[in-house]
Amino acid sequence: MENKPFIHVQNLSYAYVGEDDRPIPVLKDLSLDIREGEYVVILGHNGSGKSTFAKLLNLVIDDYTYAEGTILVDGVDVMSPDLTDEEVLDLRKNVGMVFQNPDNQLVATVVEEDVAFGPENLGIPQPELRQRVDQALATVGMSAYAHHEPHRLSGGQKQRVAIAGIIAMKPRCMIFDESTAMLDPVGRREVLETIEKLNREEGITVISITHYMDEAARADRVIVLSDGKLLLDGTPGEVFTHSDTLRKAGLDLPQCTAVAQYLITKDLPVHGEINTPEQCAEAILNAWKKM
Amino acid sequence: MKGFAFGQYYPANSVLHRMDPRAKVICAVAYIVASFLCKNTFSFVLLFVSAFALILISRIPLKVVLRSVRALIFIMAFTAVLNIFWIVDTAEGAVPLVEFWIIKIYTKGLYHAAFILVRILAMVIGTGLFLTYTTTPIALTDALESLLRPLAKIKVPVHAFAMMMTIALRFIPTIMEETEKIMSAQKARGADFTTGSLAKRAKALIPIIIPLFASAFRRADELATAMECRCYHGGEGRTKLRILRYHARDFLGMLWIILFIAAIVTLNILGARFGWLYTM
Repeated sequence: MENKPFIHVQNLSYAYVGEDDRPIPVLKDLSLDIREGEYVVILGHNGSGKSTFAKLLNLVIDDYTYAEGTILVDGVDVMSPDLTDEEVLDLRKNVGMVFQNPDNQLVATVVEEDVAFGPENLGIPQPELRQRVDQALATVGMSAYAHHEPHRLSGGQKQRVAIAGIIAMKPRCMIFDESTAMLDPVGRREVLETIEKLNREEGITVISITHYMDEAARADRVIVLSDGKLLLDGTPGEVFTHSDTLRKAGLDLPQCTAVAQYLITKDLPVHGEINTPEQCAEAILNAWKKM
Repeated sequence: MKGFAFGQYYPANSVLHRMDPRAKVICAVAYIVASFLCKNTFSFVLLFVSAFALILISRIPLKVVLRSVRALIFIMAFTAVLNIFWIVDTAEGAVPLVEFWIIKIYTKGLYHAAFILVRILAMVIGTGLFLTYTTTPIALTDALESLLRPLAKIKVPVHAFAMMMTIALRFIPTIMEETEKIMSAQKARGADFTTGSLAKRAKALIPIIIPLFASAFRRADELATAMECRCYHGGEGRTKLRILRYHARDFLGMLWIILFIAAIVTLNILGARFGWLYTM
Protein backbone atom coordinates (compact mmCIF):
# COMPACT_ATOMS: atom_id res chain seq x y z
CA MET A 1 0.00 0.00 0.00
CA GLU A 2 1.21 3.45 -0.84
CA ASN A 3 1.84 6.03 1.79
CA LYS A 4 -0.02 8.61 -0.19
CA PRO A 5 -3.73 8.66 0.74
CA PHE A 6 -6.15 7.50 -1.95
CA ILE A 7 -8.48 10.39 -1.21
CA HIS A 8 -7.07 13.61 0.15
CA VAL A 9 -9.47 16.38 1.12
CA GLN A 10 -8.15 19.73 2.27
CA ASN A 11 -10.09 22.77 3.50
CA LEU A 12 -13.08 21.77 1.42
CA SER A 13 -16.03 24.13 1.52
CA TYR A 14 -19.08 23.86 -0.66
CA ALA A 15 -22.34 25.73 -0.95
CA TYR A 16 -25.36 25.29 -3.19
CA VAL A 17 -26.62 28.28 -5.10
CA GLY A 18 -29.83 29.34 -3.43
CA GLU A 19 -32.41 31.95 -4.30
CA ASP A 20 -30.98 35.33 -5.33
CA ASP A 21 -27.69 33.52 -6.01
CA ARG A 22 -26.95 33.45 -2.32
CA PRO A 23 -24.83 30.54 -1.18
CA ILE A 24 -26.39 27.87 1.04
CA PRO A 25 -23.36 26.41 2.80
CA VAL A 26 -23.24 22.64 3.05
CA LEU A 27 -19.61 21.75 3.75
CA LYS A 28 -17.35 23.91 5.85
CA ASP A 29 -13.58 23.65 5.85
CA LEU A 30 -13.45 19.88 5.73
CA SER A 31 -10.06 18.13 5.77
CA LEU A 32 -9.53 14.40 5.83
CA ASP A 33 -7.56 11.57 4.25
CA ILE A 34 -8.78 8.14 3.26
CA ARG A 35 -6.22 5.43 2.60
CA GLU A 36 -6.62 2.65 0.08
CA GLY A 37 -8.33 -0.42 1.53
CA GLU A 38 -10.04 1.38 4.38
CA TYR A 39 -13.66 0.79 5.37
CA VAL A 40 -14.93 4.20 6.36
CA VAL A 41 -18.41 5.12 7.47
CA ILE A 42 -19.47 8.73 7.20
CA LEU A 43 -22.18 9.45 9.72
CA GLY A 44 -24.36 12.46 9.87
CA HIS A 45 -27.88 13.63 10.39
CA ASN A 46 -30.01 14.87 7.48
CA GLY A 47 -28.46 17.99 6.03
CA SER A 48 -25.04 17.34 7.50
CA GLY A 49 -23.51 17.49 4.03
CA LYS A 50 -22.55 13.83 3.81
CA SER A 51 -24.28 13.17 0.47
CA THR A 52 -22.87 16.32 -1.08
CA PHE A 53 -19.43 15.16 -0.05
CA ALA A 54 -19.96 11.84 -1.82
CA LYS A 55 -21.19 13.55 -4.96
CA LEU A 56 -18.14 15.81 -5.00
CA LEU A 57 -15.90 12.76 -4.89
CA ASN A 58 -17.58 11.30 -7.93
CA LEU A 59 -17.95 14.48 -9.98
CA VAL A 60 -21.71 14.35 -10.21
CA ILE A 61 -22.18 17.92 -9.07
CA ASP A 62 -22.99 20.47 -11.73
CA ASP A 63 -22.32 23.72 -10.01
CA TYR A 64 -18.92 24.61 -8.64
CA THR A 65 -19.67 28.32 -8.05
CA TYR A 66 -19.15 28.06 -4.31
CA ALA A 67 -16.58 25.30 -4.11
CA GLU A 68 -13.27 25.90 -2.34
CA GLY A 69 -10.36 23.76 -1.28
CA THR A 70 -8.95 20.61 -2.84
CA ILE A 71 -10.04 17.04 -3.35
CA LEU A 72 -7.36 14.73 -4.70
CA VAL A 73 -8.49 11.28 -5.74
CA ASP A 74 -5.49 9.13 -6.49
CA GLY A 75 -3.48 12.32 -6.98
CA VAL A 76 -5.93 13.87 -9.47
CA ASP A 77 -7.54 17.17 -8.56
CA VAL A 78 -11.20 16.43 -9.19
CA MET A 79 -12.34 20.02 -8.78
CA SER A 80 -9.99 21.31 -11.43
CA PRO A 81 -11.96 22.89 -14.29
CA ASP A 82 -9.60 21.52 -16.94
CA LEU A 83 -10.16 17.83 -16.37
CA THR A 84 -10.38 16.01 -19.69
CA ASP A 85 -13.26 13.67 -20.50
CA GLU A 86 -10.90 10.71 -20.25
CA GLU A 87 -9.83 11.76 -16.77
CA VAL A 88 -13.44 12.08 -15.69
CA LEU A 89 -14.28 8.63 -17.03
CA ASP A 90 -11.19 7.17 -15.41
CA LEU A 91 -12.17 8.72 -12.11
CA ARG A 92 -15.70 7.40 -12.26
CA LYS A 93 -14.38 3.99 -13.19
CA ASN A 94 -12.09 3.99 -10.14
CA VAL A 95 -14.62 5.43 -7.72
CA GLY A 96 -17.95 3.66 -8.13
CA MET A 97 -21.09 4.89 -6.48
CA VAL A 98 -24.17 3.04 -5.27
CA PHE A 99 -27.23 5.15 -4.52
CA GLN A 100 -30.15 4.98 -2.18
CA ASN A 101 -33.04 3.94 -4.40
CA PRO A 102 -32.33 0.54 -5.93
CA ASP A 103 -34.94 1.05 -8.65
CA ASN A 104 -33.50 4.26 -10.00
CA GLN A 105 -30.05 2.94 -10.82
CA LEU A 106 -30.83 -0.17 -12.82
CA VAL A 107 -30.91 0.52 -16.54
CA ALA A 108 -31.50 -2.74 -18.39
CA THR A 109 -34.43 -5.13 -18.42
CA VAL A 110 -32.30 -8.18 -17.63
CA VAL A 111 -30.02 -8.48 -14.59
CA GLU A 112 -26.87 -9.54 -16.41
CA GLU A 113 -27.27 -6.82 -18.99
CA ASP A 114 -27.57 -4.25 -16.28
CA VAL A 115 -24.35 -5.49 -14.70
CA ALA A 116 -22.72 -5.22 -18.12
CA PHE A 117 -23.80 -1.60 -18.54
CA GLY A 118 -20.72 -0.07 -16.87
CA PRO A 119 -18.08 -2.19 -18.60
CA GLU A 120 -19.94 -1.78 -21.91
CA ASN A 121 -19.58 1.96 -21.50
CA LEU A 122 -15.88 1.48 -20.85
CA GLY A 123 -15.63 -0.46 -24.09
CA ILE A 124 -14.50 -3.74 -22.53
CA PRO A 125 -14.43 -6.32 -25.35
CA GLN A 126 -15.65 -9.91 -25.25
CA PRO A 127 -14.81 -12.39 -23.76
CA GLU A 128 -13.56 -10.28 -20.87
CA LEU A 129 -16.91 -8.53 -20.65
CA ARG A 130 -18.71 -11.82 -20.08
CA GLN A 131 -16.14 -12.88 -17.46
CA ARG A 132 -16.49 -9.62 -15.56
CA VAL A 133 -20.28 -9.86 -15.51
CA ASP A 134 -20.27 -13.46 -14.30
CA GLN A 135 -17.64 -12.72 -11.68
CA ALA A 136 -19.42 -9.63 -10.39
CA LEU A 137 -22.70 -11.53 -10.08
CA ALA A 138 -20.93 -14.35 -8.25
CA THR A 139 -19.32 -11.90 -5.82
CA VAL A 140 -22.68 -10.48 -4.76
CA GLY A 141 -24.29 -13.94 -4.78
CA MET A 142 -26.75 -13.18 -7.57
CA SER A 143 -25.55 -15.59 -10.27
CA ALA A 144 -28.80 -17.53 -10.11
CA TYR A 145 -30.71 -14.41 -11.06
CA ALA A 146 -28.62 -13.46 -14.12
CA HIS A 147 -31.56 -13.76 -16.51
CA HIS A 148 -34.24 -12.33 -14.26
CA GLU A 149 -35.98 -9.02 -14.73
CA PRO A 150 -34.88 -6.44 -12.16
CA HIS A 151 -38.41 -5.39 -11.24
CA ARG A 152 -39.19 -8.87 -9.95
CA LEU A 153 -36.35 -8.82 -7.41
CA SER A 154 -36.52 -7.73 -3.77
CA GLY A 155 -34.99 -4.43 -2.68
CA GLY A 156 -31.90 -6.10 -1.24
CA GLN A 157 -31.43 -8.16 -4.39
CA LYS A 158 -31.80 -5.10 -6.62
CA GLN A 159 -29.22 -3.27 -4.54
CA ARG A 160 -26.83 -6.23 -4.84
CA VAL A 161 -27.31 -6.14 -8.62
CA ALA A 162 -26.50 -2.42 -8.52
CA ILE A 163 -23.34 -3.25 -6.56
CA ALA A 164 -22.41 -5.93 -9.10
CA GLY A 165 -22.85 -3.33 -11.83
CA ILE A 166 -20.19 -1.22 -10.15
CA ILE A 167 -17.85 -4.12 -9.33
CA ALA A 168 -17.86 -5.11 -12.99
CA MET A 169 -16.08 -1.82 -13.72
CA LYS A 170 -13.30 -2.96 -11.35
CA PRO A 171 -13.23 0.14 -9.18
CA ARG A 172 -10.66 0.70 -6.44
CA CYS A 173 -13.10 2.53 -4.24
CA MET A 174 -16.84 2.29 -3.77
CA ILE A 175 -19.09 4.90 -2.23
CA PHE A 176 -22.42 3.81 -0.80
CA ASP A 177 -24.74 6.78 -0.49
CA GLU A 178 -27.36 5.61 2.03
CA SER A 179 -27.60 2.39 0.08
CA THR A 180 -29.44 0.53 2.82
CA ALA A 181 -31.87 3.28 3.79
CA MET A 182 -34.76 2.00 1.67
CA LEU A 183 -34.31 -1.68 2.46
CA ASP A 184 -36.01 -4.00 4.92
CA PRO A 185 -33.84 -5.60 7.64
CA VAL A 186 -33.13 -8.70 5.55
CA GLY A 187 -32.14 -6.61 2.54
CA ARG A 188 -29.94 -4.43 4.71
CA ARG A 189 -28.10 -7.41 6.13
CA GLU A 190 -27.53 -8.84 2.63
CA VAL A 191 -26.14 -5.56 1.38
CA LEU A 192 -23.96 -4.94 4.44
CA GLU A 193 -22.48 -8.42 4.21
CA THR A 194 -21.73 -7.80 0.54
CA ILE A 195 -20.03 -4.49 1.35
CA GLU A 196 -17.89 -6.09 4.03
CA LYS A 197 -16.93 -8.90 1.71
CA LEU A 198 -15.83 -6.44 -0.97
CA ASN A 199 -13.65 -4.64 1.52
CA ARG A 200 -12.14 -7.68 3.21
CA GLU A 201 -11.75 -10.02 0.25
CA GLU A 202 -11.38 -7.77 -2.77
CA GLY A 203 -9.49 -5.00 -0.99
CA ILE A 204 -11.83 -2.32 -2.31
CA THR A 205 -11.83 0.94 -0.37
CA VAL A 206 -15.33 1.45 1.01
CA ILE A 207 -16.88 4.76 1.94
CA SER A 208 -20.34 4.19 3.32
CA ILE A 209 -22.60 7.12 4.03
CA THR A 210 -25.38 6.40 6.46
CA HIS A 211 -27.29 7.50 9.49
CA TYR A 212 -27.60 4.00 10.92
CA MET A 213 -25.32 3.68 13.91
CA ASP A 214 -25.32 -0.13 13.71
CA GLU A 215 -23.69 0.12 10.32
CA ALA A 216 -21.04 2.46 11.62
CA ALA A 217 -20.16 -0.08 14.30
CA ARG A 218 -18.98 -2.53 11.64
CA ALA A 219 -16.51 -0.19 9.93
CA ASP A 220 -12.78 0.33 10.53
CA ARG A 221 -13.23 4.02 10.90
CA VAL A 222 -16.10 6.39 11.57
CA ILE A 223 -16.22 10.02 10.47
CA VAL A 224 -19.02 12.11 11.93
CA LEU A 225 -20.16 15.18 10.06
CA SER A 226 -22.40 17.76 11.62
CA ASP A 227 -23.57 20.90 9.91
CA GLY A 228 -20.92 20.50 7.23
CA LYS A 229 -18.05 20.23 9.67
CA LEU A 230 -15.94 17.30 10.77
CA LEU A 231 -17.07 16.46 14.29
CA LEU A 232 -15.41 13.17 15.14
CA ASP A 233 -12.98 10.85 13.39
CA GLY A 234 -11.76 7.53 14.76
CA THR A 235 -12.50 3.84 15.26
CA PRO A 236 -16.13 3.04 16.13
CA GLY A 237 -15.07 2.41 19.73
CA GLU A 238 -13.41 5.80 20.02
CA VAL A 239 -16.26 7.67 18.38
CA PHE A 240 -18.94 6.00 20.48
CA THR A 241 -17.36 7.15 23.74
CA HIS A 242 -18.40 10.69 22.82
CA SER A 243 -22.07 10.02 23.34
CA ASP A 244 -22.91 13.61 24.26
CA THR A 245 -21.24 15.05 21.18
CA LEU A 246 -23.05 12.49 19.03
CA ARG A 247 -26.37 13.33 20.60
CA LYS A 248 -25.82 17.01 19.86
CA ALA A 249 -25.20 16.09 16.21
CA GLY A 250 -28.61 14.41 16.18
CA LEU A 251 -27.21 10.89 16.32
CA ASP A 252 -27.87 8.14 18.83
CA LEU A 253 -25.44 5.50 19.95
CA PRO A 254 -25.98 1.99 18.66
CA GLN A 255 -28.43 0.28 20.99
CA CYS A 256 -25.91 -2.15 22.40
CA THR A 257 -23.35 0.58 23.14
CA ALA A 258 -26.07 2.67 24.79
CA VAL A 259 -27.10 -0.32 26.94
CA ALA A 260 -23.51 -0.90 28.02
CA GLN A 261 -22.98 2.75 28.91
CA TYR A 262 -26.20 2.77 30.90
CA LEU A 263 -25.15 -0.34 32.81
CA ILE A 264 -21.84 1.31 33.71
CA THR A 265 -23.73 4.24 35.27
CA LYS A 266 -25.54 1.62 37.37
CA ASP A 267 -22.18 0.28 38.59
CA LEU A 268 -22.24 -2.87 36.51
CA PRO A 269 -18.65 -3.35 35.29
CA VAL A 270 -19.35 -3.81 31.57
CA HIS A 271 -16.00 -3.13 29.94
CA GLY A 272 -14.20 -3.38 26.68
CA GLU A 273 -15.21 -2.17 23.23
CA ILE A 274 -18.91 -2.70 22.74
CA ASN A 275 -20.14 -1.98 19.22
CA THR A 276 -22.09 -5.08 18.35
CA PRO A 277 -24.83 -7.04 20.13
CA GLU A 278 -22.43 -10.01 20.43
CA GLN A 279 -19.77 -7.94 22.18
CA CYS A 280 -22.44 -6.50 24.43
CA ALA A 281 -23.79 -9.91 25.41
CA GLU A 282 -20.30 -11.19 26.18
CA ALA A 283 -19.42 -8.13 28.29
CA ILE A 284 -22.61 -8.43 30.30
CA LEU A 285 -21.96 -12.13 30.82
CA ASN A 286 -18.42 -11.40 32.04
CA ALA A 287 -19.68 -8.68 34.36
CA TRP A 288 -22.29 -11.10 35.67
CA LYS A 289 -19.70 -13.72 36.44
CA LYS A 290 -17.61 -11.19 38.39
CA MET A 291 -20.49 -10.10 40.57
CA MET B 1 -48.72 -6.61 -10.97
CA LYS B 2 -45.63 -8.79 -10.46
CA GLY B 3 -46.93 -11.20 -13.11
CA PHE B 4 -47.30 -8.41 -15.61
CA ALA B 5 -45.67 -9.08 -18.97
CA PHE B 6 -45.43 -6.52 -21.66
CA GLY B 7 -46.38 -6.73 -25.22
CA GLN B 8 -47.63 -10.00 -26.50
CA TYR B 9 -44.51 -12.10 -26.16
CA TYR B 10 -45.58 -15.70 -25.88
CA PRO B 11 -42.79 -17.94 -24.64
CA ALA B 12 -42.54 -21.19 -26.58
CA ASN B 13 -39.84 -23.27 -28.12
CA SER B 14 -40.03 -22.87 -31.87
CA VAL B 15 -37.76 -22.02 -34.76
CA LEU B 16 -39.41 -18.62 -34.95
CA HIS B 17 -38.55 -17.96 -31.30
CA ARG B 18 -34.94 -18.95 -31.81
CA MET B 19 -34.38 -16.93 -34.96
CA ASP B 20 -32.17 -13.87 -34.79
CA PRO B 21 -34.42 -10.83 -34.19
CA ARG B 22 -32.83 -8.99 -37.10
CA ALA B 23 -33.71 -11.81 -39.46
CA LYS B 24 -37.26 -11.70 -38.09
CA VAL B 25 -37.57 -7.97 -38.71
CA ILE B 26 -36.42 -8.51 -42.29
CA CYS B 27 -38.82 -11.43 -42.72
CA ALA B 28 -41.71 -9.41 -41.30
CA VAL B 29 -41.07 -6.56 -43.73
CA ALA B 30 -40.75 -9.02 -46.61
CA TYR B 31 -43.98 -10.71 -45.58
CA ILE B 32 -45.85 -7.42 -45.65
CA VAL B 33 -44.42 -6.70 -49.09
CA ALA B 34 -45.54 -10.16 -50.19
CA SER B 35 -49.07 -9.52 -48.98
CA PHE B 36 -49.18 -6.39 -51.12
CA LEU B 37 -47.86 -8.22 -54.15
CA CYS B 38 -50.78 -10.66 -54.18
CA LYS B 39 -53.03 -10.03 -57.12
CA ASN B 40 -55.37 -12.91 -57.79
CA THR B 41 -57.30 -15.65 -56.08
CA PHE B 42 -54.44 -18.13 -56.19
CA SER B 43 -51.84 -15.86 -54.66
CA PHE B 44 -54.31 -14.83 -51.98
CA VAL B 45 -55.06 -18.46 -51.20
CA LEU B 46 -51.33 -19.04 -50.85
CA LEU B 47 -51.05 -16.02 -48.56
CA PHE B 48 -53.94 -17.27 -46.45
CA VAL B 49 -52.42 -20.74 -46.15
CA SER B 50 -48.99 -19.29 -45.32
CA ALA B 51 -50.40 -17.30 -42.39
CA PHE B 52 -51.75 -20.47 -40.83
CA ALA B 53 -48.56 -22.36 -41.65
CA LEU B 54 -46.70 -19.65 -39.69
CA ILE B 55 -49.00 -20.18 -36.71
CA LEU B 56 -48.23 -23.91 -36.80
CA ILE B 57 -44.48 -23.25 -37.05
CA SER B 58 -44.54 -20.78 -34.15
CA ARG B 59 -46.28 -23.30 -31.84
CA ILE B 60 -48.44 -20.52 -30.48
CA PRO B 61 -52.05 -21.56 -29.86
CA LEU B 62 -54.44 -20.36 -32.57
CA LYS B 63 -56.63 -18.87 -29.84
CA VAL B 64 -53.84 -16.55 -28.71
CA VAL B 65 -53.08 -15.33 -32.23
CA LEU B 66 -56.73 -14.74 -33.05
CA ARG B 67 -56.98 -12.50 -30.01
CA SER B 68 -54.93 -9.83 -31.79
CA VAL B 69 -57.04 -10.30 -34.91
CA ARG B 70 -60.16 -9.69 -32.84
CA ALA B 71 -58.94 -6.22 -31.99
CA LEU B 72 -58.99 -5.35 -35.69
CA ILE B 73 -62.31 -6.91 -36.52
CA PHE B 74 -64.06 -3.55 -36.87
CA ILE B 75 -61.54 -2.19 -39.36
CA MET B 76 -61.64 -5.44 -41.28
CA ALA B 77 -65.42 -5.48 -41.44
CA PHE B 78 -65.49 -1.82 -42.46
CA THR B 79 -63.03 -2.21 -45.36
CA ALA B 80 -64.77 -5.39 -46.50
CA VAL B 81 -68.20 -3.74 -46.60
CA LEU B 82 -66.76 -0.72 -48.33
CA ASN B 83 -65.29 -2.92 -51.04
CA ILE B 84 -68.50 -4.87 -51.56
CA PHE B 85 -70.51 -1.72 -52.25
CA TRP B 86 -67.95 0.39 -54.04
CA ILE B 87 -66.37 -1.93 -56.54
CA VAL B 88 -67.99 -1.64 -59.93
CA ASP B 89 -67.22 -4.28 -62.50
CA THR B 90 -66.63 -2.38 -65.71
CA ALA B 91 -65.96 -5.51 -67.78
CA GLU B 92 -68.22 -6.11 -70.69
CA GLY B 93 -71.29 -8.13 -69.90
CA ALA B 94 -70.77 -7.84 -66.18
CA VAL B 95 -74.08 -8.18 -64.44
CA PRO B 96 -74.58 -7.07 -60.87
CA LEU B 97 -75.24 -9.92 -58.48
CA VAL B 98 -77.69 -7.85 -56.49
CA GLU B 99 -79.32 -4.67 -57.64
CA PHE B 100 -81.74 -2.43 -55.81
CA TRP B 101 -82.12 1.35 -55.62
CA ILE B 102 -78.60 2.77 -56.15
CA ILE B 103 -76.80 -0.25 -54.74
CA LYS B 104 -75.13 -2.67 -57.09
CA ILE B 105 -73.10 -5.55 -55.81
CA TYR B 106 -70.83 -7.36 -58.25
CA THR B 107 -69.08 -10.68 -57.81
CA LYS B 108 -65.85 -8.75 -58.27
CA GLY B 109 -66.68 -6.69 -55.20
CA LEU B 110 -67.09 -9.83 -53.13
CA TYR B 111 -63.76 -11.13 -54.32
CA HIS B 112 -62.11 -7.82 -53.55
CA ALA B 113 -63.55 -7.79 -50.07
CA ALA B 114 -62.23 -11.29 -49.47
CA PHE B 115 -58.80 -10.31 -50.83
CA ILE B 116 -58.58 -7.32 -48.51
CA LEU B 117 -59.64 -9.43 -45.55
CA VAL B 118 -56.98 -12.01 -46.28
CA ARG B 119 -54.37 -9.30 -46.75
CA ILE B 120 -55.11 -7.62 -43.41
CA LEU B 121 -55.32 -10.99 -41.67
CA ALA B 122 -51.98 -12.08 -43.11
CA MET B 123 -50.27 -8.82 -42.20
CA VAL B 124 -51.50 -8.93 -38.62
CA ILE B 125 -50.67 -12.57 -38.15
CA GLY B 126 -47.36 -12.32 -40.02
CA THR B 127 -45.95 -9.32 -38.18
CA GLY B 128 -47.28 -10.68 -34.89
CA LEU B 129 -45.65 -14.04 -35.36
CA PHE B 130 -42.34 -12.74 -36.65
CA LEU B 131 -42.11 -9.88 -34.17
CA THR B 132 -44.29 -9.39 -31.12
CA TYR B 133 -45.26 -12.98 -30.26
CA THR B 134 -41.89 -14.62 -30.69
CA THR B 135 -39.47 -11.80 -29.89
CA THR B 136 -39.01 -10.07 -26.54
CA PRO B 137 -39.26 -6.28 -26.70
CA ILE B 138 -35.62 -5.97 -25.70
CA ALA B 139 -34.45 -8.30 -28.48
CA LEU B 140 -36.54 -6.26 -30.88
CA THR B 141 -34.85 -3.06 -29.69
CA ASP B 142 -31.44 -4.67 -30.18
CA ALA B 143 -32.42 -5.75 -33.68
CA LEU B 144 -33.69 -2.33 -34.68
CA GLU B 145 -30.58 -0.66 -33.30
CA SER B 146 -28.41 -3.04 -35.25
CA LEU B 147 -30.40 -2.79 -38.48
CA LEU B 148 -30.64 1.00 -38.35
CA ARG B 149 -26.98 1.50 -37.45
CA PRO B 150 -26.08 2.67 -40.98
CA LEU B 151 -28.38 5.65 -40.37
CA ALA B 152 -26.03 6.82 -37.60
CA LYS B 153 -23.70 7.92 -40.41
CA ILE B 154 -26.22 10.56 -41.43
CA LYS B 155 -26.49 11.68 -37.78
CA VAL B 156 -29.66 9.83 -36.87
CA PRO B 157 -29.32 9.18 -33.11
CA VAL B 158 -29.97 5.44 -33.41
CA HIS B 159 -28.19 4.53 -30.19
CA ALA B 160 -30.04 7.19 -28.22
CA PHE B 161 -33.39 5.89 -29.46
CA ALA B 162 -32.48 2.34 -28.55
CA MET B 163 -31.36 3.47 -25.09
CA MET B 164 -34.62 5.32 -24.58
CA MET B 165 -36.56 2.23 -25.61
CA THR B 166 -34.58 0.09 -23.17
CA ILE B 167 -35.13 2.50 -20.29
CA ALA B 168 -38.82 2.80 -21.11
CA LEU B 169 -39.18 -0.98 -21.12
CA ARG B 170 -37.25 -1.21 -17.86
CA PHE B 171 -39.43 1.37 -16.08
CA ILE B 172 -42.90 0.47 -17.36
CA PRO B 173 -43.47 -2.17 -14.64
CA THR B 174 -41.91 0.06 -11.96
CA ILE B 175 -44.17 2.95 -12.83
CA MET B 176 -47.25 0.73 -13.09
CA GLU B 177 -46.50 -0.56 -9.62
CA GLU B 178 -46.17 2.99 -8.42
CA THR B 179 -49.48 3.97 -10.01
CA GLU B 180 -51.18 1.20 -8.06
CA LYS B 181 -49.55 2.39 -4.85
CA ILE B 182 -50.63 5.99 -5.42
CA MET B 183 -54.16 4.86 -6.27
CA SER B 184 -54.36 2.85 -3.06
CA ALA B 185 -53.01 5.79 -1.11
CA GLN B 186 -55.62 8.12 -2.59
CA LYS B 187 -58.38 5.57 -2.07
CA ALA B 188 -57.34 5.33 1.56
CA ARG B 189 -57.91 9.08 1.73
CA GLY B 190 -61.39 8.69 0.35
CA ALA B 191 -60.80 9.22 -3.38
CA ASP B 192 -63.41 7.67 -5.64
CA PHE B 193 -62.39 6.68 -9.16
CA THR B 194 -65.33 4.54 -10.15
CA THR B 195 -68.51 6.53 -9.73
CA GLY B 196 -69.83 9.84 -11.00
CA SER B 197 -69.90 11.40 -14.44
CA LEU B 198 -67.06 11.00 -16.90
CA ALA B 199 -65.82 14.51 -16.13
CA LYS B 200 -65.86 13.76 -12.42
CA ARG B 201 -63.97 10.54 -12.88
CA ALA B 202 -61.40 12.22 -15.11
CA LYS B 203 -60.94 14.86 -12.46
CA ALA B 204 -60.42 12.18 -9.83
CA LEU B 205 -57.37 11.02 -11.78
CA ILE B 206 -55.53 14.30 -11.28
CA PRO B 207 -54.34 13.40 -7.76
CA ILE B 208 -52.81 10.27 -9.29
CA ILE B 209 -51.21 11.80 -12.33
CA ILE B 210 -49.49 14.67 -10.55
CA PRO B 211 -47.57 12.60 -7.98
CA LEU B 212 -46.81 10.08 -10.70
CA PHE B 213 -45.22 12.72 -12.90
CA ALA B 214 -43.34 14.29 -10.01
CA SER B 215 -41.91 10.91 -9.12
CA ALA B 216 -41.09 10.04 -12.72
CA PHE B 217 -39.06 13.22 -13.07
CA ARG B 218 -37.23 12.50 -9.82
CA ARG B 219 -36.50 8.98 -11.02
CA ALA B 220 -35.23 10.28 -14.36
CA ASP B 221 -32.89 12.64 -12.56
CA GLU B 222 -31.52 9.97 -10.26
CA LEU B 223 -31.16 7.51 -13.09
CA ALA B 224 -29.23 10.03 -15.16
CA THR B 225 -26.80 10.57 -12.27
CA ALA B 226 -26.42 6.83 -11.76
CA MET B 227 -25.77 6.32 -15.47
CA GLU B 228 -23.14 9.05 -15.46
CA CYS B 229 -21.47 7.39 -12.48
CA ARG B 230 -21.34 4.22 -14.52
CA CYS B 231 -19.36 6.02 -17.20
CA TYR B 232 -22.20 6.35 -19.69
CA HIS B 233 -21.18 8.75 -22.43
CA GLY B 234 -23.36 7.87 -25.38
CA GLY B 235 -23.00 5.09 -27.86
CA GLU B 236 -19.45 5.84 -28.90
CA GLY B 237 -16.90 3.18 -28.06
CA ARG B 238 -19.52 1.01 -26.37
CA THR B 239 -19.28 -2.74 -26.45
CA LYS B 240 -22.21 -5.10 -26.00
CA LEU B 241 -22.68 -8.11 -23.78
CA ARG B 242 -25.15 -9.71 -26.11
CA ILE B 243 -23.85 -9.95 -29.63
CA LEU B 244 -26.39 -10.87 -32.27
CA ARG B 245 -25.25 -13.65 -34.55
CA TYR B 246 -26.91 -15.02 -37.67
CA HIS B 247 -27.29 -18.77 -37.79
CA ALA B 248 -28.16 -21.16 -40.59
CA ARG B 249 -31.83 -21.04 -39.54
CA ASP B 250 -31.91 -17.28 -40.09
CA PHE B 251 -30.67 -17.57 -43.65
CA LEU B 252 -33.07 -20.44 -44.23
CA GLY B 253 -35.91 -18.32 -42.90
CA MET B 254 -35.04 -15.48 -45.23
CA LEU B 255 -34.65 -17.94 -48.12
CA TRP B 256 -38.16 -19.26 -47.46
CA ILE B 257 -39.54 -15.75 -47.57
CA ILE B 258 -37.80 -15.09 -50.88
CA LEU B 259 -39.20 -18.33 -52.29
CA PHE B 260 -42.61 -17.32 -50.98
CA ILE B 261 -42.45 -13.96 -52.74
CA ALA B 262 -41.28 -15.71 -55.91
CA ALA B 263 -44.22 -18.09 -55.71
CA ILE B 264 -46.69 -15.24 -55.31
CA VAL B 265 -45.22 -13.34 -58.25
CA THR B 266 -45.37 -16.51 -60.37
CA LEU B 267 -49.01 -17.09 -59.48
CA ASN B 268 -49.76 -13.46 -60.33
CA ILE B 269 -48.16 -13.79 -63.75
CA LEU B 270 -49.77 -17.12 -64.51
CA GLY B 271 -53.11 -15.79 -63.35
CA ALA B 272 -52.89 -12.80 -65.65
CA ARG B 273 -51.79 -14.94 -68.55
CA PHE B 274 -54.49 -17.57 -68.33
CA GLY B 275 -57.19 -15.36 -66.89
CA TRP B 276 -57.69 -17.41 -63.75
CA LEU B 277 -60.58 -16.27 -61.69
CA TYR B 278 -60.48 -12.77 -60.37
CA THR B 279 -57.61 -10.36 -60.41
CA MET B 280 -57.31 -7.20 -58.35
